[in-house]
Amino acid sequence: MNKYIPNTQAQKAEMLSYIGIDSVDRLFDCIPDSIKDRNGMNIPEGLSDIELEGKLRSLSGKNLNVNDAVCFIGAGAYDRYIPAVVKALISRQEFLTAYTPYQAEASQGLLQAIFEYQSLICNLTGMEGSNASVYDGGSALAEAVSLSNSVKRKSRVLVSGCLNPRYRQVLDTYVRYKDMKTVEIDSADGVTDLESISKDDLAESGCLILQNPNYFGCLEDMESASEFAKRNGLHLIVSVNPISLGILQSPGEYEADIVTGEGQELGNGLSFGGPYLGFFAVSKPLIRKMPGRIVGMTKDLEGKAGYVLTMQAREQHIRREKASSNICSNQALNALAAAIYLSVLGKQGVVDVAKLSFNKAHYLYNGLKETRLFKERFTSEFFNEFVLDAGVNVKQIQDAYLNNKILLGYGLANEFSDMKNSLLIAVTEKRTKKEMDLVVEMAGDMS
Amino acid sequence: MTKLIFEKGKPGRRAIHLPKMDTPDYMNTLSKKYMRKTPADLPEVSEPDVVRHYTDLSTKNFGVDANFYPLGSCTMKYNPKINEYMAALPGFSDVHPLQPEHTVQGCLELMHCLQQLLCEIAGMDAFSLQPAAGAQGEITGLMIMRKYLNDHGLEHKNIILVPDSSHGTNPASAALAGFTVQTIPSDQKGQTDLQQLKEMVHDGVAGLMLTNPNTVGVFEEHIEEIASVIHSVNGLLYYDGANANAIVGIVRPGDMGFDLVHFNLHKTFSTPHGGGGPGSGPIGVKKFLEEYLPNPVVKKDSDRYFLDYSSPCSIGKIHSFYGNFGVLVKAYCYILNLGREGLIQVAENAVLNANYIAKRLGEFLKIPFDKGFMHEFIVSYDTLLDQGIHAKDAAKRLIDFGIHPPTMYFPAIVSEALMIEPTETESKETLDRFCDLMEQIYQEGINDPELLKTTPHTKTVRRLDEVAAARNPVIKYME
Repeated sequence: MNKYIPNTQAQKAEMLSYIGIDSVDRLFDCIPDSIKDRNGMNIPEGLSDIELEGKLRSLSGKNLNVNDAVCFIGAGAYDRYIPAVVKALISRQEFLTAYTPYQAEASQGLLQAIFEYQSLICNLTGMEGSNASVYDGGSALAEAVSLSNSVKRKSRVLVSGCLNPRYRQVLDTYVRYKDMKTVEIDSADGVTDLESISKDDLAESGCLILQNPNYFGCLEDMESASEFAKRNGLHLIVSVNPISLGILQSPGEYEADIVTGEGQELGNGLSFGGPYLGFFAVSKPLIRKMPGRIVGMTKDLEGKAGYVLTMQAREQHIRREKASSNICSNQALNALAAAIYLSVLGKQGVVDVAKLSFNKAHYLYNGLKETRLFKERFTSEFFNEFVLDAGVNVKQIQDAYLNNKILLGYGLANEFSDMKNSLLIAVTEKRTKKEMDLVVEMAGDMS
Repeated sequence: MTKLIFEKGKPGRRAIHLPKMDTPDYMNTLSKKYMRKTPADLPEVSEPDVVRHYTDLSTKNFGVDANFYPLGSCTMKYNPKINEYMAALPGFSDVHPLQPEHTVQGCLELMHCLQQLLCEIAGMDAFSLQPAAGAQGEITGLMIMRKYLNDHGLEHKNIILVPDSSHGTNPASAALAGFTVQTIPSDQKGQTDLQQLKEMVHDGVAGLMLTNPNTVGVFEEHIEEIASVIHSVNGLLYYDGANANAIVGIVRPGDMGFDLVHFNLHKTFSTPHGGGGPGSGPIGVKKFLEEYLPNPVVKKDSDRYFLDYSSPCSIGKIHSFYGNFGVLVKAYCYILNLGREGLIQVAENAVLNANYIAKRLGEFLKIPFDKGFMHEFIVSYDTLLDQGIHAKDAAKRLIDFGIHPPTMYFPAIVSEALMIEPTETESKETLDRFCDLMEQIYQEGINDPELLKTTPHTKTVRRLDEVAAARNPVIKYME
């Protein structure tokens, strides 16, 4: 018997006899013989734990992990420091091995933690309501459009040309089946050019999507974007970098309607792209239309405060085909990591991490653009990520750096036809002056 | 009640020690108009404050490691520890998704192998690991169906059939993918009403979504005929893998006639639920639908693994990257660890355990569909309604004994439903204790109904007012 099954042969026999059958096979008599095929499944014999660990270590060893390199790749996932506290606490079995907290009385711990997560996201973004998280940054945006559409009911979605192209692809996949289409807004100097939107597109659209800092790292003028959206009766949806909000204007301050973003940076490992979490926050009028799980505070029958999953009448298990979203989970453990991370950082820490990232990124930017290997692409202000154009093939440059265990940025050639030799470089609080001096020195040597 | 993290700590306390700024300060180059006006109101706590707070919260939660969790339709089995350690290896957990391909060959190889294993288990020809949850697997599958039908001049097929006992995600996903949903009634045995199905199927039907065994735990014995009815109008058959724990290694959805399958790795393949996520809901298809899978697909070219974005028919991307990779590692470990025999034992023991409990509970409780159920079954707890005892009263009483309540009030076709799924990782001793307690609770319902109506009695809070919570939502901390 496999080691996760406690029952012995004797116990099984006892149970079968109690049920009144002579063999386990009888329990599967309900399955027609014509489709039963025990030989059909070509799965190898089970590995012992020792063999399994050996195999997995060998597989993991074929990857370069960012601890053995210096990572300047961002583009939607960032190599940030994760305090040991985060990993230790989310490993607690009471969180890790629990189900969705539908049984409130047996789940007060997780419910309170999610309530705190929602509160932390609201305070960070300056918004009035947050859900318990969705799958990732891309799907959060798709859900935001769906929410907006339930109010505006228009056929087009205005999308900044400086939006993360992977988010754009996810969005395109989702809106296609709602008889909607996305319209890309031109950009100028690395930021969205709202003046370029045609009158026709404006009239047919219900929402405006911007990312800030945008995919190129540049800062958008969100104040103006918000005024523009209001003037034209559009919902302003913004996808934000959560760490940037330590120093950058919050979406609440410029009165965004829906705020989404990738929460990986908040205490979640890179993990080759997932699991991450999409955070999702809204202004007051949209709270009851939010998708996904939401925790609310209430009282028990003695009047004591407690927490429950709330406003469930919006959700698929009640509304079925009339539900606004089909989501039936959140990234609870990742959201818990985000809550713990933000608690650890605290009021000052989030500012410090943002400032460290900002300053270091500007130090590297200034160093690299002075070399003959690179030149600046945009003059717009940026946060911790920037684009540089290389005089020669970027792949060659990246390979040369990789030989020194440096992952220098992400090439934009596949995503933007006019950026064949452009590199998107991200700098986090983990990077040191020494590492960056080496990068600049190598660039000098290469040019 | 535990205070909120915001109510703890003191101004000036910190829980992180960051490096000193080793570069010049460029903050004066940031335009004032971009700067935050008021700082984010985050907690000010020390590291011990944080650790004590969240540890305290953890003690107010049930987890599989400590508690029996017979939650129907959720497959709350034991989550192996070795899998957690393997997924946490730096070579998996600290790899950036946009690193050059040759530096992530191990990740891609693992994904490629897992795709193949899932194909074997499902009887499918190709898998995508991108969906982050079962519900996302469903919407992906339905988008594939929609695009395939459109590409073959079958735009008029716009009806998706779902049984009345189906998971709420089925109709919600179908509607999201642009289909119209129609519901098929269940028959006396808890199975899809075949006669009704035949009457409802016509050229406008795009497909049927089915869980098998279905949500009342019963195997759809006419599955082959159901498949042929749907296929006779060129419809497609979608398998919701929520209940695959009952059949893994015994019968394959592909051999039943299904064209698309999603599995919930957090159910059948033992990855922890994490309090409601992260999950993973890979989607598998038969050959004729392969080119519709979301981009990218992991492929192998002699010795090199790569992400293939080339399929022109693909529905597009549905995840920001490639799916919940960390979860995939754990499921891969589980399958390798158990192997073929181990997987067959999973289904055998899950079904045996459920049948054993049902037989014991059937002595005093009503089990509406008592033939041919597999890894889970439903109790209709409506025999104490005269005493004012509802299903939830009995279920919540279990909390007092350290057992998580079964799934309540689902599916809606059974009155006062309790859906019980023990899984294979529970021993006869645990099952017996559960049955003894259920019997005791039933007696309490007869002799001391007030005791049940006010349960639980042993937790930090008593029965909570969900109606008030929804009426006046308080969803964030306010001083």
